[in-house]
Amino acid sequence: MKDRIASAFAHARAEGRAALITFVTGGDPTPADTAAVLDALVEGGADLIELGMPFTDPMADGSAIQLANLRSLSAGTKTADIFAIATAFRTRHPNVPLILMGYANPMIRRGAEWFAAQAKAAGVDGVICVDIPPEEDAELGPALRACGVHLIRLATPTTDVARLPAVLEGSSGFLYYVSVAGITGKQQAAQASIDEAVAHLKSGTGLPIAVGFGVRTPEQAAAIGSVADGVVVGSAIVEIIGQHGAQAAPHVKDYVGSLRAALNAKEPAR
Amino acid sequence: MTVPNPLPNSLRSQPDARGHFGQFGGRYVAETLMPLILALEAEYRRAKADPAFEEEFQYLLRQYVGRPNPLYYAQRLTEELGGAKIYLKREELNHTGAHKINNCIGQILLAKRMGKTRIIAETGAGQHGVATATVAALFNIPCTIFMGAVDVARQAPNVFRMKLLGAEVRAVESGTATLKDAMNEALRDWVANVHDTFYIIGTVAGPHPYPELVRDFQSVIGKETRAQMMEAEGRLPDMVLACVGGGSNAIGMFHPFLDDTDVAIVGVEAAGRGIELGDGHHAASIAGGAPGVLHGNKTYLLQDADGQITDAHSVSAGLDYPGIGPEHAWLHEIGRARYVSVTDDEALAAFQKLCRLEGIIPALESAHALAALETLAPELGKDKIIAVNLSGRGDKDIFTVAKALGVEI
Ligand SMILES: Cc1ncc(COP(=O)(O)O)c(C=O)c1O
Repeated sequence: MKDRIASAFAHARAEGRAALITFVTGGDPTPADTAAVLDALVEGGADLIELGMPFTDPMADGSAIQLANLRSLSAGTKTADIFAIATAFRTRHPNVPLILMGYANPMIRRGAEWFAAQAKAAGVDGVICVDIPPEEDAELGPALRACGVHLIRLATPTTDVARLPAVLEGSSGFLYYVSVAGITGKQQAAQASIDEAVAHLKSGTGLPIAVGFGVRTPEQAAAIGSVADGVVVGSAIVEIIGQHGAQAAPHVKDYVGSLRAALNAKEPAR
Repeated sequence: MTVPNPLPNSLRSQPDARGHFGQFGGRYVAETLMPLILALEAEYRRAKADPAFEEEFQYLLRQYVGRPNPLYYAQRLTEELGGAKIYLKREELNHTGAHKINNCIGQILLAKRMGKTRIIAETGAGQHGVATATVAALFNIPCTIFMGAVDVARQAPNVFRMKLLGAEVRAVESGTATLKDAMNEALRDWVANVHDTFYIIGTVAGPHPYPELVRDFQSVIGKETRAQMMEAEGRLPDMVLACVGGGSNAIGMFHPFLDDTDVAIVGVEAAGRGIELGDGHHAASIAGGAPGVLHGNKTYLLQDADGQITDAHSVSAGLDYPGIGPEHAWLHEIGRARYVSVTDDEALAAFQKLCRLEGIIPALESAHALAALETLAPELGKDKIIAVNLSGRGDKDIFTVAKALGVEI
């Protein structure tokens, strides 16, 4: 089977632009609303979709995504709903990569093997787990790799040269560069520091590099897209859902469209 | 999934190099924090090997905290319960009124060694917040305490104490606005300020090396108890007993006795309104929880079938946490320690009993350990000895107790 993540990056690259990666929390504001939001992301021009698994204690998230987690859990979203959302998405969009993002505890609750098998069956291409660093890889990594689901790791401004190989070992799909030492939300990194970090990461790996955290405007996306292989936008979309609730889909589509247009206008990634 | 580790020669040699106590513990943190906790571990190893560090720690415990505190034979309580001889380890006589200060002294010395210029901490009832604000004042380091908004409202005296000591108290509105959310918020702050900030965690939780270093700093409790018991009775106790929230006072009492197989070890969790009532009614992570990952470590947690963390409840704010330190999870699993639980009502009764019989007002947390004596002391029998950790004093709890008893003050 074709690797949907690799194909999506290759496709964007062939068009001379960075890939657009968008994040929303599954089940926000209710599980029934998520399908329309995911479709809006795709229609707006997202190349890869990150679907957040809600958690009661989202320690790495700022207020926007914390609130999204609360909305989702208050609506009664269960792990089974997330897999149902993923399965239905895969039927509607056979080629768009879907990545589950979340925290360790909901992922390992029924055992990593169970989770990996469910993810595979639902057509999930990759998993990002915020609080399983390489040191605890045994908790989830082997199970995902055995099922052929990518474990996508995070590199951060504090990941120095000595540590980078440990992060890359066992990573696949792409490398997610968290551009700020901080939580998701409004804090933004200086473009110069992003340029430098991406160059440093590219010297260490052939994996595509996606940059996220604090990306909000089309201009920022374009600037990051000029050096990185992918740009991740999350909180800004989640805020639109927070504002418009069940009616968010058209607003999400417009906003994602503006990000994609900014990326289209740019030079190919180096 | 994890292969069960063979038991080590000494039960006191844990965790392993990766911070695991059997399948528990570890370092489940965001990548941003990993380099920092590795640096903290390296610095802690250096400090442990440095006699000057130990000397300063001991000096402050003696001159500032007021250690050693007594191991007191509670004769009237012993007679009332009609069983084993009961000794109380008087942590409530420490400066700031609880065991929490032992750990704070150790950690602020580490912060100073690491050149950190800002301190953060989480607090539930405010006891750890007060102890942290105290050492931050002593060392002249600015300090921010994260406290759930619900707790800020119900623990006003401690909020004011922290402010008097110069700390900034930040009310946390997210999630359930209680201790676990305060810890989430402290972790969020830490991630964003790793360059200059030291996080003083208040119990034996969090990512490695916290459970180890907090335990080491609190082990002064068990070391003193051992020596004092030898002096008083010429032998070790038959049982050591302590309440367990995150588990720092308990592990401090237990750890020096882990290899003494004749000493029974019992931890007391908070059963709240009753474990049988289910989620939201108790804080007994071992009796009513299951293994999972939260706040940087793997341990027993109160959680639902999907791994969502459920609310803890205890009349005692210091026990109102949905997890337990990973070393306790391990001691439970290998059977070296036994964990029992005590309800709000039983703790309230034991609270009053100690006031009347011994003239000591215990913390509600400590009252849980005292309540467990009601069955353990008679069961063990008259020729036996129990050492109970009286982890704190109860002045902070008089409003809660008055309310529970229906008294206006
Ligand atoms: C007096 C006292 N005892 C016990 C505890 C529970 O914490 P731990 O289990 O870490 O000792 C607290 C926490 O606030 C406390 O104040």
